[in-house]
Amino acid sequence: MSSRSEIDVPAEELLTGDTASAVPALAVEGLSHSFGERKALDGVSFTIPPGAFTVLLGQNGAGKTTLFSLVTRLYNNRSGTIRVYGSDVARRPSEALARIGVVFQQRTLDLDLTVAQNLRYHAALHGMSGGEARRRIEAELARLALSDRAGDKVRQLSGGQIRRIEIAAALLHRPRLMLLDEPTVGLDIGSRQGILDHVRRLCREDGIGLLWATHLIDEVIPGDRVVMLHKGRVVADGTVEDVARAAGAATIRDAFTKLTGAGAS
Amino acid sequence: MTAVHYLRCLNGIVAREALRFLHQRGRFIAALVRPLVWLFIFAAGFRAVLGVSIIPPYETYVLYEVYITPGLVAMIQLFNGMQSSLSMVYDREMGSMKTLLVSPLPRWYLLVCKLFAGVAVSILQVYVFLAIAWFWGIEAPAYGYVAVLPALILSGLMLGALGLLLSSAIKQLENFAGVMNFVIFPMFFASSALYPLWRINESSPLLYQICAVNPFTHAVELIRFALYGQVNPTASLWVLGCLVLFLGLAIYGYDPARGLIARRGAPG
Repeated sequence: MSSRSEIDVPAEELLTGDTASAVPALAVEGLSHSFGERKALDGVSFTIPPGAFTVLLGQNGAGKTTLFSLVTRLYNNRSGTIRVYGSDVARRPSEALARIGVVFQQRTLDLDLTVAQNLRYHAALHGMSGGEARRRIEAELARLALSDRAGDKVRQLSGGQIRRIEIAAALLHRPRLMLLDEPTVGLDIGSRQGILDHVRRLCREDGIGLLWATHLIDEVIPGDRVVMLHKGRVVADGTVEDVARAAGAATIRDAFTKLTGAGAS
Repeated sequence: MTAVHYLRCLNGIVAREALRFLHQRGRFIAALVRPLVWLFIFAAGFRAVLGVSIIPPYETYVLYEVYITPGLVAMIQLFNGMQSSLSMVYDREMGSMKTLLVSPLPRWYLLVCKLFAGVAVSILQVYVFLAIAWFWGIEAPAYGYVAVLPALILSGLMLGALGLLLSSAIKQLENFAGVMNFVIFPMFFASSALYPLWRINESSPLLYQICAVNPFTHAVELIRFALYGQVNPTASLWVLGCLVLFLGLAIYGYDPARGLIARRGAPG
């Protein structure tokens, strides 16, 4: 039996947390996917430990959105496996999806409804009771300092606030794995930083495994984990420092340019 | 996931659809004006031209307005079914469809919830229309207004399932305008909504055959009979059969492993 462990984290780091941390939040193995002739993903394998902020870095068209669609089972993978805390997404979709919170690239809130109405809808999709939904909505809005906007229509909010509400919506059912697909596109620098700070805190405080897809290299900071995707293949995987070292580059930006041919963004 | 989770989910989806509907007053008014124009103007004009002989379920000669009312009720549901599928194509382009589909509940169930939500809205529209028609002097027997409810649920589900099926097959919103033209108008005109089938048979036996297999004809007849407290078994079976067929195909279309979304790539 071949022991193809993708985890290059030192063993003691894995054992410091509770025992559950030994099960990866997300484990993708040998994942390929094609649309007709075009191969969107080609033998992708990586894992995300719980409590880690992992950046899925790749240029537009690298396969990030396809990967997200497969992990969230918008359509099934035909080769390879995707496991969320051990549950195979294709075989036990309900179990896997209950543990995932997703923020999609496109806006998903209803502009004509209020923040609270939108959040209640999200809670209902996960089968939450009215009382539980109310408590969770209050808690998540308070954490974002947006409690006073609960009764406002989404249309009245700024782009950054809408994104934060979407993150709150994705967190209502207490997911253990968060997936965010280019969530800062179209936001100003202040809102971008605010969202990044909030999300990094979620990883630290709640121990959530988190995959943040982006093509913006400046969203990566030292200490983050990086999975670099290029033309459907994983070209680098590890901490920022490891990836830079392995690529023989001084910084992660240089490594990104070197491995994917991305111009300085 | 237990039955309680399923019910809460259904409740949430229906509540959202109802809220959206209430917020889009333009949509509500448009949905009402359309059949009312037919009733107040078209029917009034044609009253003198078209005579309707005594055919079941009517026991006396009826005015043309009375004859086309069930057809207009079905038209409301047809438009509503197409409109909710239009909103699904829109949702898919915008991303809110993804929110629905990543729910841990099974996908077929989510689609059925969506279908019921659309039907609930259409029934609301129908009763407001019937109330206005009543003031206009088009009165069905009192029990008919109760008896028509199960018929409306069945026909609404069938027409909604057709919309769902179309939304699973259509990739972009632009294609949808064509479908409205190629689905709504032919279905409406090649049916018993505006004229009794025996009249059509007199002018064109071929058209009669087409009308006779048009699911919309059976939805109209189901509603027409129910409005007078009668069951039309043929129409009921047709509508039920079409519902099963359309819904089955729609669920297939949205299946993550086999459907069109899976084959064509990311929605939106």
